[in-house]
Amino acid sequence: MIESLIGRKIGMVQLFDPQGKAVAGTVVQLGPCTVVQVKQDQPRNCKVVQLGFDEVPESKMTKPLAGHFRKAGVSPKRYLREVRADEADELEVGQQILADVFSVGQKVDVIGISKGKGFAGMVRRYGAAGGPKSHGSTSHRRIGSVGSNTWPGRVFRGKRMPGHLGHERVTVMNLEVLQVRPAENMVFVKGCVPGPCGGLVLVRRSVKQKAKKQ
Amino acid sequence: MDLRKQLEKEQMKENIPSFSIGDTLKLQTKVVEGDRVRTQSFTGVVIARKGSGLAERITLRKVSFGEGVERVFPLHSPMVEKIAVQRHGRARRAKLYYLREKVGKKARVKEKRRAES
Repeated sequence: MIESLIGRKIGMVQLFDPQGKAVAGTVVQLGPCTVVQVKQDQPRNCKVVQLGFDEVPESKMTKPLAGHFRKAGVSPKRYLREVRADEADELEVGQQILADVFSVGQKVDVIGISKGKGFAGMVRRYGAAGGPKSHGSTSHRRIGSVGSNTWPGRVFRGKRMPGHLGHERVTVMNLEVLQVRPAENMVFVKGCVPGPCGGLVLVRRSVKQKAKKQ
Repeated sequence: MDLRKQLEKEQMKENIPSFSIGDTLKLQTKVVEGDRVRTQSFTGVVIARKGSGLAERITLRKVSFGEGVERVFPLHSPMVEKIAVQRHGRARRAKLYYLREKVGKKARVKEKRRAES
């Protein structure tokens, strides 16, 4: 079975586990995802499945996209994502995939776009210590030194500097699945998930756990 | 409904008696010792009530052998088996942290006189 699904972050709550301990986790609305296309990815030499998530009226589509959905015989979806699936042959176009591909206790990875923080300085972006706050210092949150002297006479490439922080693809690995409810299209994972509430996330079977099994 | 609220509601207790700050409560809590589970009770004055929904919790204070003891209990926790109101206190503020600095007679909360019906 395919083990990646598109979903939406609903938000975090604190619940009690069977042992009576309070655990904080994130509610993710998962699917239902529809298989829109099954194809062979030539460069990577693997099977790929295109999943659609979130119903949307056809009037919202561009004509090429609407044609894509019509060809597949599925209703238009807001989001399309391709996921690798070695079992792609078992899947048919139009097939619905529900949250029950995951089971309680399983480890998953959650991929999302983190919240944008805007232009951030060194202290916030990289956790720099900053300068002294007092004793005549004016270098409170400045970046400090960026390099040496006549040798090398330039700033190294990749030197960490202030700039845009957040709004990038972030993967959080090995989150435990605490609850699965296919009826409500919902999973509850332990811990936090990147992105704002309502943000798009991709949940997949944990890569690290997969590697461990083999 | 919001899925979060729904999840919280499923675990929430419906039989929590109404009490207010300054009341004396007796809680029965489950204590796990190895593979044995027994009940332990804690009686104290409610000096704070914080949070909402499933995460609501109270702070109970009692003086045990001359030493002040405070414990925080999540009201909806499955480990809290029973909540019983023993005495209604008259408190004029929402947090009774001032009790921590008081000893003896001053460390009491006056009993609330309720109109007999």
